Amino acid sequence: MATKSIGVSQQPFEEIVAEHGPTVLRVCRAVLGRVDAEDAWSETFLAALSAYPRLRANSNIEAWLVTIAHRKALDHLRAASRRLVVTDEVPERPAKDGSPEGWESGLWEALEALPLKQRQTIAYHYLVGMPYLQVAEIVGGSEDAARRAAADGIATLRKTFPKGESR
Amino acid sequence: MMNERDLFAALPTIDEAVSRRLHQRLVDVANAAGLLDVAYRTIETPVGTLLLAATAKGLVRVAYASEDHDLVLERLARDVSPRILRAPARLDGVAREIEEYFARRRSTFDVPLDLQLSHGFRRRVLSHLPEIGYGKTASYAAVAKAAGHPKAVRAVGSACANNPLPVVVPCHRVVRSDGTIGQYVGGVEAKHMLLALESAA
Repeated sequence: MATKSIGVSQQPFEEIVAEHGPTVLRVCRAVLGRVDAEDAWSETFLAALSAYPRLRANSNIEAWLVTIAHRKALDHLRAASRRLVVTDEVPERPAKDGSPEGWESGLWEALEALPLKQRQTIAYHYLVGMPYLQVAEIVGGSEDAARRAAADGIATLRKTFPKGESR
Repeated sequence: MMNERDLFAALPTIDEAVSRRLHQRLVDVANAAGLLDVAYRTIETPVGTLLLAATAKGLVRVAYASEDHDLVLERLARDVSPRILRAPARLDGVAREIEEYFARRRSTFDVPLDLQLSHGFRRRVLSHLPEIGYGKTASYAAVAKAAGHPKAVRAVGSACANNPLPVVVPCHRVVRSDGTIGQYVGGVEAKHMLLALESAA
């Protein structure tokens, strides 16, 4: 088999979507909740597709995608807070069409109730598997602050989640 | 007491329907934004699974399974663009024509072609191949002559061996002067099958 010469060729983007699409969607769901998660996923991968040919060889593709998803999620949260100020309306959750689509765990709802920084640090550390140093680079602040935010979130989840779990 | 990792292991995996829907949405927005540089799909045929890939200009690659589709996609990423997605819609027209061809309801292809993977003399050779009519054959020597280089018989052979668009650009109709079938990018068996298909019509 031919081996790729590093720095010259890149994987087809299709492989990037297949490999990292599910993780990025879990991140978008954990940070944004149900309403905007798929929009943010779509915007993340479109932005990534656009920039992909210029990505440096040997880049950590997962961290690159999570960083883009982080920014796209913030855009949605800002837009949502403007909506609240202007219209005083909270967007409705899409109706369930019978298929759970991976939303059946009560843990998503427990996550949604956490403050933003806790949702972000939990998503990047526990759902993606990033070390806290890398999490801190994305969310800002120190490594310790990122670790504390995640720990506070986990402590709350331990109180709220098992009770809400009906399975 | 669950540890934190187990807590998140309880989260269900993303289901197939969501993945498909998101992928289709990405294809649509990428296409609309002019960022889908290479679209591809596969198609089942009597000569095996063919990979079809197209740029915005036209069909850029047809590949036999024996060429290793993963490797072909990697080379497209290197030689054309890494902005590659599985996006069958752009290839619907090509797929339909290939199906008609194998059903003996079509003798020429009229989809737009993108010959960017072929250069110089090889490209000139490929541009002459459609002159060999359906059900006919021509020798490597005859094609060399038609391409303006009567002595470049071996170069015609390598142009055919490296044809990025087999089946559609009919390199299978080029045979040896002694009447034997010669080599083929999809294997000699596939070449036999295509020539038999065309001569039976």
